[in-house]
Amino acid sequence: MEDAQVTTNEIQASIVCSATHYDKQRTPAGVIAEYLGLNPQPTFNVEAVCASSGVGLRIGWSFISSGLHDTVAVVGFQKMTELSSAEVQEVMGRSGDVMWESPFGTTMPAYFALYAKSHMQKYGTTEEQLAKVAVKNHFYATKNPKAMFQEEITVEDVLKSRMIASPLKRYDCCANSDGAACIILASEDVARKVTDTPVWVAGLGLASSPMALTSRGPSYASFDCSVNAAKQAYGMARIKPKDVDIAEVHDCFTITEIINYEDLGFCERGRGGKLAEEGQTYLGSKIPVNIDGGLLAKGHPVGATGASQIRTLVKQLRGEAGETQVNGAEIGLAHNLGGIGMYCAVTILKT
Amino acid sequence: MSFAKFGKVSYVSETKLQEFETKLEAGKIMGTKCKKCGRLYFPPRADCDCMKGEMEWVELSGNCKLMTFTTLHFAPASFRYEVPYTLGVAQFEEGPTVLAPLSKELGEDEIKIGMSLKLVPVELMGGRMIYELKKLESQ
Ligand SMILES: [Zn+2]
Repeated sequence: MEDAQVTTNEIQASIVCSATHYDKQRTPAGVIAEYLGLNPQPTFNVEAVCASSGVGLRIGWSFISSGLHDTVAVVGFQKMTELSSAEVQEVMGRSGDVMWESPFGTTMPAYFALYAKSHMQKYGTTEEQLAKVAVKNHFYATKNPKAMFQEEITVEDVLKSRMIASPLKRYDCCANSDGAACIILASEDVARKVTDTPVWVAGLGLASSPMALTSRGPSYASFDCSVNAAKQAYGMARIKPKDVDIAEVHDCFTITEIINYEDLGFCERGRGGKLAEEGQTYLGSKIPVNIDGGLLAKGHPVGATGASQIRTLVKQLRGEAGETQVNGAEIGLAHNLGGIGMYCAVTILKT
Repeated sequence: MSFAKFGKVSYVSETKLQEFETKLEAGKIMGTKCKKCGRLYFPPRADCDCMKGEMEWVELSGNCKLMTFTTLHFAPASFRYEVPYTLGVAQFEEGPTVLAPLSKELGEDEIKIGMSLKLVPVELMGGRMIYELKKLESQ
């Protein structure tokens, strides 16, 4: 709020985003709005697992574009350390369809591992290519003081790390963490009054896929909801994938980042592994992706992730990203995937 | 109507599909089919997407092909003594797909995407019922 130069009484509504099954506090919007001094204005929770704040942003945008409110706060947060590791594991076991899938011991890494095996079989993607994604994101985390991991790793470190769900190893997976991020959305009039460097929402996309893996297929090498959300967002912003200067994509696992490259049109279908291998998503190459460390190394406080992606893009588009600044960045894209790929929010920002 | 015996751990006890569990105990893998539009469902559903049909139970052969798989070395609390175990998604010759454990008889290096498998009912200790993907018997 200090950054946006608005005061609490100017914020007309708050949208609190978290994956509520990780919260001890029931209906956390209550305490968060109270703590931030946002009573008596409207407040409520939005839950779309990992995509909660990506969805919250869309709701905030609708509030403003409908004329209902001029200024809205979208607060994403998660405090995962409140749960013991056993409790987190228990919750994780219920991340898929609880009637037909959870009874066999599914986990989040397992779902994405099923996609990884499928992608490897179909396109020849390798474990080394997956590892390259982790190496890149850990490298950039060392340049982000807010990132959870602050050490560089090598391909060998990834390949030698403990197997979690084959082919995904420890470093192919993001870490549970605590965190929060806040976006202040305002109407054009208000935005121009409070800042000389506004960042505009140019495109929004939101789509869903069936929860049960068995209702997807026949291929497990792409997320339909990502493809659909991206199509909507590119259409609304009237841009093409090649116009994107910087992207924040949902790298809950290394394989997810590779599939995202393809689903978002940053490379041809099946070439995601190659894009990672060739280092084409580093700063200064074809398309910089997750150069704040991503979920893999910045951390993945589930409900905060979508808002944190937006923060990174806003810093970049204002030219305030320091060492990792993309020269002349004008268009940024955030891709926020929910759960095991049921929800996807894509947001395109412009200077 | 209870569904509490299905799975290594059950999270759902009440369902319109209780008969699935009874048939599984009798050695049958059942799907449901819409009498109106003909759509075949596995896992079975009590209502069709078309919202018009009445459903009927149909037995599936169990013959399927492996679409993808993973071996878990890290599991939810209730499964921690079972690791490592392998889960796969397979497509029945009749069309629908299933997510199921692969039989522990299969070594991880034997498992290949595209291989033919058979989904069979398995009774666990304590009377719990599951299904598993097994190797086809060599002819
Ligand atoms: Zn029907």
